[in-house]
Parts: sequence; structure tokens; C-alpha cells
Amino acid sequence: MQRTEKEGTRLKKLLVYMKEYKKESILGPLFKLLEATFELLVPLVMASVIDVGIHNRDQNYIIRMCLLLVGLGVVGLICSITAQYFAAKASVGFAANLRRALFSHIQSLSFTEMDRVGGATLITRMTSDVNQVQNGVNLTLRLLLRSPFVVFGAMVMAFTVDWKAALVFAAVIPLLAAVVFGIMLWTMPRYKKVQAGLDRVLGITRENLTGVRVVRAFGREEAETRRFQESNRELTNLQVFVGRISSLMNPLTFVLINVAAAVLIWVGAVRVDAGFLTQGAVVALLNYMSQILVELIKMANLIINISKALACANRISNVLETESTLASPVSPKASGEERGTVVFENVSLTYAGAGAPSLTNLSFRAGPGETIGIIGGTGSGKSTVVNLIPRFYDVTEGRVLVDGVDVREYDVNVLRGKIGAVMQKAVLFTGTIRENLLWGREDAGEEELWQALETAQAREFVEQKPGKLEEAVSQGGKNLSGGQKQRLTIARALVRRPEILILDDSASALDFATDAKLRKAIREMPGAPTVFLVSQRASSLQYADQIIVLDDGEAVGIGTHSELLESCEVYREIYESQFQKAGKEAAV
Amino acid sequence: MKGKEVQKGTLKKVLRRIRSYWMFLALSVLLAAVTVAATLYIPILTGRAVDLVIGRGEVDFSGIFRILLQIGVFIGIAALSQWGMNLSNNRVAYRVVRDIRNEAMEKIQILPLRYLDAHPSGDLVSRVIADVDQFADGLLMGFTQLFTGVITILGTLLFMLHEDVTITVVVVLITPVSLLVAAFIAKRTYAMFRKQSQVRGEQTGFIEEMVGNQKVVQAFGHEEKSMQQFEEINERLRKCSLRAIFFSSITNPSTRFVNSLVYTGVGIVGALSVVSGGITVGTLSCFLSYANQYTKPFNEISGVVTELQNALACASRVFELIEEEPQQPDAQDARVLEEADGSVNIEQVGFSYVKSRKLIENFTLKVAPGQRVALVGPTGCGKTTVINLLMRFYDVDSGAISVSGTDIRRLTRKSLRRNYGMVLQDTWLKRGTIRENIAYGRPEASLEEVVEAAKAAHAHSFIKRLPEGYDTVISEDGGNISQGQKQLLCIARVMLCLPPMLILDEATSSIDTRTEQRIQKAFQKMMQGRTSFIVAHRLSTIMDADVILVMRDGHIIEQGTHRELLERGGFYSELYNSQFVQT
Repeated sequence: MQRTEKEGTRLKKLLVYMKEYKKESILGPLFKLLEATFELLVPLVMASVIDVGIHNRDQNYIIRMCLLLVGLGVVGLICSITAQYFAAKASVGFAANLRRALFSHIQSLSFTEMDRVGGATLITRMTSDVNQVQNGVNLTLRLLLRSPFVVFGAMVMAFTVDWKAALVFAAVIPLLAAVVFGIMLWTMPRYKKVQAGLDRVLGITRENLTGVRVVRAFGREEAETRRFQESNRELTNLQVFVGRISSLMNPLTFVLINVAAAVLIWVGAVRVDAGFLTQGAVVALLNYMSQILVELIKMANLIINISKALACANRISNVLETESTLASPVSPKASGEERGTVVFENVSLTYAGAGAPSLTNLSFRAGPGETIGIIGGTGSGKSTVVNLIPRFYDVTEGRVLVDGVDVREYDVNVLRGKIGAVMQKAVLFTGTIRENLLWGREDAGEEELWQALETAQAREFVEQKPGKLEEAVSQGGKNLSGGQKQRLTIARALVRRPEILILDDSASALDFATDAKLRKAIREMPGAPTVFLVSQRASSLQYADQIIVLDDGEAVGIGTHSELLESCEVYREIYESQFQKAGKEAAV
Repeated sequence: MKGKEVQKGTLKKVLRRIRSYWMFLALSVLLAAVTVAATLYIPILTGRAVDLVIGRGEVDFSGIFRILLQIGVFIGIAALSQWGMNLSNNRVAYRVVRDIRNEAMEKIQILPLRYLDAHPSGDLVSRVIADVDQFADGLLMGFTQLFTGVITILGTLLFMLHEDVTITVVVVLITPVSLLVAAFIAKRTYAMFRKQSQVRGEQTGFIEEMVGNQKVVQAFGHEEKSMQQFEEINERLRKCSLRAIFFSSITNPSTRFVNSLVYTGVGIVGALSVVSGGITVGTLSCFLSYANQYTKPFNEISGVVTELQNALACASRVFELIEEEPQQPDAQDARVLEEADGSVNIEQVGFSYVKSRKLIENFTLKVAPGQRVALVGPTGCGKTTVINLLMRFYDVDSGAISVSGTDIRRLTRKSLRRNYGMVLQDTWLKRGTIRENIAYGRPEASLEEVVEAAKAAHAHSFIKRLPEGYDTVISEDGGNISQGQKQLLCIARVMLCLPPMLILDEATSSIDTRTEQRIQKAFQKMMQGRTSFIVAHRLSTIMDADVILVMRDGHIIEQGTHRELLERGGFYSELYNSQFVQT
């Protein structure tokens, strides 16, 4: 109960995006009702054709009445097209507003929310869910009022023709509604089961495609095919079973409406015999009956569509209600004096929804131009440390200072403007190499771009491309190799001329020699940024000014390479596992 | 023109698959005819009944009662036969779809890796699932509505002709107008819908990039700029959606208007004819209801045709997959390799994925039983190519690879692969329990054997600690266990079979030191006395190898022992010096 109420208010909030189209969303249904009214008049006109025209053998009257019918048709057509236009305009506009709101809202979400909701989900919300809602709104504006109105109107008209005969309507309509909605209620949850069956078949198909090498290596092709066939068979049986009931809908409604018509004829005959009713009126009643049938079936379809749209709308408003946990300071501070310093003071971080902290009580100080290496196993918190500097996440305890100011006191864009971040996953965008590099700084000049490419060890391969800087980058950078992508993302960060450069395991696809050259070039870069270097390779970090060794979120050692070799057991373990025997070899 | 031909070809393929259900199909057509006949006969009976209701005191009750009884019988017949038709259609459609899916899956199992590697799995999945689903909908709708639609039109014409020729002519003359209107609008809107889906595709692509990579967008403070770009696309989409939706939504009122013209035409001509004594009021009422019924199938059929076209388009995508050239089948006289002795002989092998880009040329290597071969080189240098050739996922272009002295093309693929144990970095596990996964190569293995294998792979200790132990279900993305644990499970999977030859991919960065050490231990244990090919990252593995293959950009550039390669002073020694030796 409470929940539905909450959903209700949530949906109401979405109506804000409809505001612009208030006029359209009122006029649309109104014109639709007008059209329906004209449609309701048709059987009455036809009845008078029979009762007056035919009865009096008045040809003129018949032709006049039929012209009236054509007139009603034309007016109905105009009304209906007008209504369609308003409905289309309102629903499309609403969808566009909704998409804009979603996009802008999603952009404001912090990493915490993005982790929780997931990019793929948000993309679905913005595309297929919004489309469903658009359809729903369009249908609602066009039909939601119309169908009940026609049903009700036809009933009223029938009652004005003859209320006693019309009692047949009062009996059959609830019956019809019960059958239609009963079948719908029965099938809807079962269609969900069918969907689940389909998902299973899909899962097996995907598994077999992604795991094709393993399947074949173990010679399990036949067994996998059997497994697929089994699931597929179950799905088919389920579909046939549900289909059996849902295909009862048409025959049953057919029976009901025709039996009702038969009863109507009988009752009509009795009333005519008693002189209460004319022959034409009986025909009119029969016509109303069939109008009602058509509308009830439309309504059933409408309800299915609307409930789908409502479910989507609910999911959308869920996203819109997700608030960014990253609060902006009311009066942001200006940058401090010490450019390029990063200080962690007793920093701890527990990710939202996680039971254990990912980082515990970390303190260190990085001076301008220093290189800080961060090493440790998977899940030891390496990326967490560097994610705190551009305030991708907020600390749970302690504080992070950049240039002497707490990161939470900066305007986020000012803070991030100081930092060039290169993430683990090399992401490039559709466009040209130049456009991608300009993400770093929009007004960067030609020379600066090439300089950045040179430092990132990317100059050579960009020069070899036929289009050079104008070479196209396809979606996700699919036309580039892993190593090329990594080097371009590094160049992009360098274009920024950052005070602080973060390289989060971002050279993993480079061979050792290129990796070494890259590190050297960055060290010698003009402007000497403070560099945070996350790596799994001890050799990459050897020359760092400080190395932070993380184990399960705790710093188990901070110092230079030689200090750590002496004092830190975890570091020694990592180092030796990578350099086993190499030491001996070198010693020989 | 060409599209039409493709469509025709697809239709033929669909029909061929439906053929085995022809009995059901014939039944459907028969039942459809019965349904339509009964449905059409009811208005005639109603009309007759109305004719018996003339006015006060002029009602023939016993006549009406007789007619109503007849109506009741026909209602029953119509309803039953309609249900029967629906059931039989359901059955045919879903079975055909099931057959097509099975066919597709059987095909996937024998498609060459060359094809599967070149096609994104998402695309293939959507062919087998979404496209086939759409096809099922179209087929079902086609069956039910096309049959009854066509029969209704024919039947109505016959009945109407039987009752009165003039009115029938009026109806026949006016209806095509409705078709013309619908066709006119459909043609216009098709272009608009295409434009709409094009812009929508553009927008989806943009959203995928920006939302999918939001972290980068935020890191570079690019939010405003991408919002601007978004607004521009969004506005374009709004405009062309409005046009498409509005114009397509005109169809309904327009055809409804034409229907009302038909209705009116019947009214005028019918009423005048009643006046002149041609027909009765009952016949008129019957005609009025026919006028409604007759035009409806036309609208429906035009809908069905687009739906069917869509369904055929979807079907053609599945058929493309089904008809794809399968891998070359095992040779007729292919031998079953029982237990390989472990010798592998690679002779002057040449191979490339694309003809124009030569990769491996003139590669010769003799591996004695029990030897270790290390593959070394930067990521993406083509080490998997060698694995592809050894396992015969791909066939060599020239030269030959022999195992136990037989060219592997003269062995059955299955028996060749059974002699290799493979642990890749891409740790694929199937959805199912841990036990099922470990026993993947030998499903009949007992729990004891599974546990034994897990112990040997150093996986037992973590499995034991999982809430359900060996019955823990691994979710589809394997999210409930870590990457390193997954690799241990893959090792256990091989441990259970322990074939005479191994292909191993050492862990690189994503595994923590302790798990890595365990994996290393497990590898060592497995490799004892077995011919092994190892994609190596660790110096110790490399130095222990009998042969090192150094790869770069897909080519094998150097080959020899550690000492030989160092002495040569080539790429390997550069690699070695930059990574492992301290200055």
C-alpha cells in the first residue's frame, strides 16, 4: 500500500517534463472524445434511416441522412487527426525532455552511484525505457479516455434507446471485462516465466560463444548442444502452454458478444411486439453492442502497453531520484600556494555497500615533482588511493589535501583541472585522434599535441597513420591496438599540462622497453608534474621517490625501493616473485 | 530488386522448415475456413431474425427462437474452430522456432573459430535469440491473421454476392480507396521511420560512449560539452520522431474514415433498395455488419505484410548464421589419437588471419616428449595464434603440425584436443556449480576425484570456505569468486583429466601475489613429465624452458634457449635486460 503510494508520487514527479505540453495533453484527448461522440451518433442515424426513411419510403430523407453520416465521418477524421498530432507532439516532446533530464542527471552522478547502478543499466534507461514511456504516453493521450468513453457512451445511448433492452448490456459488459482481464491476469505472470526461459536459452548461447575454445578443448560440443536443446524444449513447451490459454481470449469474447446479441434480439423482439421499440432501434442496439466489443479489446491491449510503460517510467524516476553523494562546497576555496603537493591524512574509505574498508588509515605526503609508486595485490586498494585525489570518491575518514586545500573545499572542476588521470581501462571516443587529445585541454596548439604524443611514446605510430592527427578513431577505439590506445590516453592526460599526473596501471599493454622509455620521458617532462604510478611490476616503480606498498587496504610500507627491500616483507615477496633467480643470474 | 530476391529465398527456407508440420498447417487452414464461414453466417441469421421483428404485434416468436438456436450452434462452431486454429498455429510457430534455434546451435558448434572470432558474440546471440523471437511473433501473427483475413475477404464477398449484387459492387468499389490511403501513408512514413531509427542509433551510440565512460568524462570535466552535443542530437530526434509518429498515426483515422464511407455507401444503396423492395431490413443490417467486417482484414493484412517482412528480415539473419560454411569436417579416415606420446613436430608452418598480412612464416620446431616451450613477448603479440594452431582451432596455411608423428589434420579434432590440457587467462566457467565446472571434461567423475583435482590445483581450501562448498553456483559473470580463484578452478578442471600435453597461460597483472604463487605451484605439478606450451611472464618459467619462442607483432622473431637468445643480443635480450636485470 505504502509502496504503491510512493510509486504514485514518483510518477507524478515525471509529469514536470510534460508541463511544456500541457495544452497538447489536454486538447489531444478532448479531440479524441469529440471524434468518439460523432462515432456514437452513427448507429442512431442509421436507425432513423430504417425507421423513418425506409418506413416512409422517403428517398430524400435517406440520402440526407447518409450525407449526414459522411459529414460526421469528415468531422471525425479532422478531430482525430488533430488529436493524433497533439498526442504525438506531447509524447515526443515529453520523451525528449525526459532524455535530456536523464542525461544531465546521469552526468552529475558521482562514481559511487555509477558503480552501484552500472553504465549498461543507465543506457537502457535512456534508450529503450524512454521509448516505451513515449509509446505509453502517446497511447494514453489517444486512447485512455476514448475507450471507456465509447463503452460508457454506447451504454448510455443504448439506455436512451430502450432502457429495459439495454439491461442486457449491463449484464454482459462486466462478464466480458471479467473474461478479458481474467485471461490477462492469468497470462501476465506466466509470460514472465516464458521470459525467464528465454533468458536461460540466451545464457547458454552466450556461454557457448564466449567459451567456444574451452568447449572444444574438452570436446563437449555434443553435450552443450544437448543442454541447449533441453532448455529450448522447455521454453517451447512453456510457450505452447501459455499460448493455449491466451488464445482463448478471442473465441470467448466472440461467444459472449454473440450470445448477448442473440439475447438482445429476443428481448428486442418482445419489446417490439409490445410496441415499445421499433425495428430500427433493434438494429441500433446491435450496432452499439459491436462497438463496445471493439473498444473492450482495444482497452485490454492498452492496459498491457500502459503497464509496461509505467514500469519503465518507474525505473526512470528511480534514476532521477538517485542523488549524487558528492556534495559541492557552498563557497569553494581557491587553489593553495604549494602547486603539485598531495597529502593524505589518516585516510580511510569504505565503498558504499561494502562491508569492509578498502583503505585504512593511510597517511603520506607527496611533494611537487615527486614520483610516487603504488604497488600491491589485486583488491589491495591501489586504484582507490589515486581515485581519491581527483575526488572521484569521498573519504569516509581523514582528509586528502591537494595544493594544501582539502579536496572537498574545491570546485570539482577546478580540482580536476589540475589533474591528468589515465585509468586502467583505455577509453577513447568516436572522432579523430586530434579530437580525443583535445579532451585534455581544448585550446591546446598543434605543437603541444605532438609534444604530448612524443612523451607518451605515441608520436611514431600516429605519424605512420595516413590521416595523422585527423585519423579517425572508431567507437571504443576498436581500430587501434591495446598499446596504441593506452599511449593515446596518456598523451591526452599530458595535453592538459597537469600539476598531478595519475597513471593507474596504464602501461600494462606496453612492452618493457617502451614502458621504460615512457617513464623516462615523463620524468624529464617540462613542468615536472607530481606523478602517481600504480603498477604490478616492481621494476616500473624502482626509481620512484616513494613507494607505497598496500596489502588489503593498509599501507604496509612506505619508502624507497632499497628501504623497502630491507624493511617490508610484502614488498620483498612481490619483488622476489618477479625477479626470482634474476638476482642470482646477475650475480653470476 | 535484390532485396526482393533475398526475401524470396528466405521465404523458401522458412517454408522448408514448416513443411514437416504440414498436417497442422492444413488443419489450421481448414479451421480458419470453418471459423470464417460460421462467423459470416451469423450476421445473415441475425438479419433474418431482425426481419421477423416487424412491429407491434407482428413478431414471429417461434421463427426467431429457431433462428436463435441456429445462431447458438454457429457461435459454438466458430469459437471452437477458432481456438483450435490458434492452438495449431501456436504449435507450428513455436516448433519451427525451436527447430531453427537448435539448428543454429548445432551450427555454432561446428563453425570455424575464424568466423566466431570475427563476429562479436553479442551479435550472434541476438541473432539466435532476439531475431528468432521477432520471427516467431511475425510468423504467428502471419498465420492467424493472414489466413483468416484472406478467407474472410473471400467469404464475405461470396456471402454478399449471394445476398445482393448491387450493394456488393458498392463495397468492392469503395474498399480499395482505403488500401490506397494506407499504402500512400505507409510509403511516406517508411522514409521518416528510417530517418528516426538512424538518428536514434546515433543518439544511442553517443549515450553508450558518454554514459559508459562517464568516469573519463568527469575526469576531464567534459560534462558540459557532451551535454551540448547531446542536446543537438536530442532535438533532431525529437523533430524526426514527431514527423514519423504523427504521419504514421494518420493511417488509422484515415482508413477508419474510408470504412465509414463504405458503411454509408452500403446504407444509402441498401436503404434505397429496401424502399424499392429489393431487399429486406434484415439483409440491410446484415450488410452493414459485413461492411464493417470486410474492410477490417484489409487494414490488418497491410499490417501483417510489414510484420512478415520484418520477420523475414530477422529470419534471414539467422539463416545467414545457419548457412555459414562450417569448419572442414574431420577427414574420412581420420585417426583417433588415443594417448599422445607428447612429441610435437612443427614443420615449415605458415599462417595468417588475413591473406594480405603474413604472420607466421616458415616456422619449424621439434618438441620432444616432456619438453617445455615458453612463448614470450609483449601483450597482443600473437601468442594465442600459436595456441590456435596447436589446438587446431585454426588450420595452418602451409606446412604441417604433427602430434605423435601424425599430421593433426589426419586426426579427429576431438581426440587431438582431448590430449591437450588448456588453461587460458580468459577464465571461462559455465554457469553451474563448482563441482560441475571442475568435472567439465569428465562429467562422470566422482566427488572424491573432483576434490582430489581441486586439492592438486590448490583450489580446495578456498572452495571449502564457500558457503555451499562444491555446490556453490557460479553466477553468469562469475562475480562471486575472484579472478585468481577462477583460474584455480580452470586448473582443477584440467587436473581432473590431466592429458599428456599442456597449454598454459601464466597470470599477469590481475592476480595477487599469493594466489599467483599457488597457481605457479599447481602449474609446476601439472607440467611434470608433460609436453607443455606456456605463455610465460615469469623469468623462472622462461629460464626453465627448453625452447623459448619470442614473438612480436604476430611474428615469431627469435627461437632458442635462454642462453642462446641472450648471446644473440636481439629483442629477447633487450626485453630481458629492461625487465629483469638490475642496473
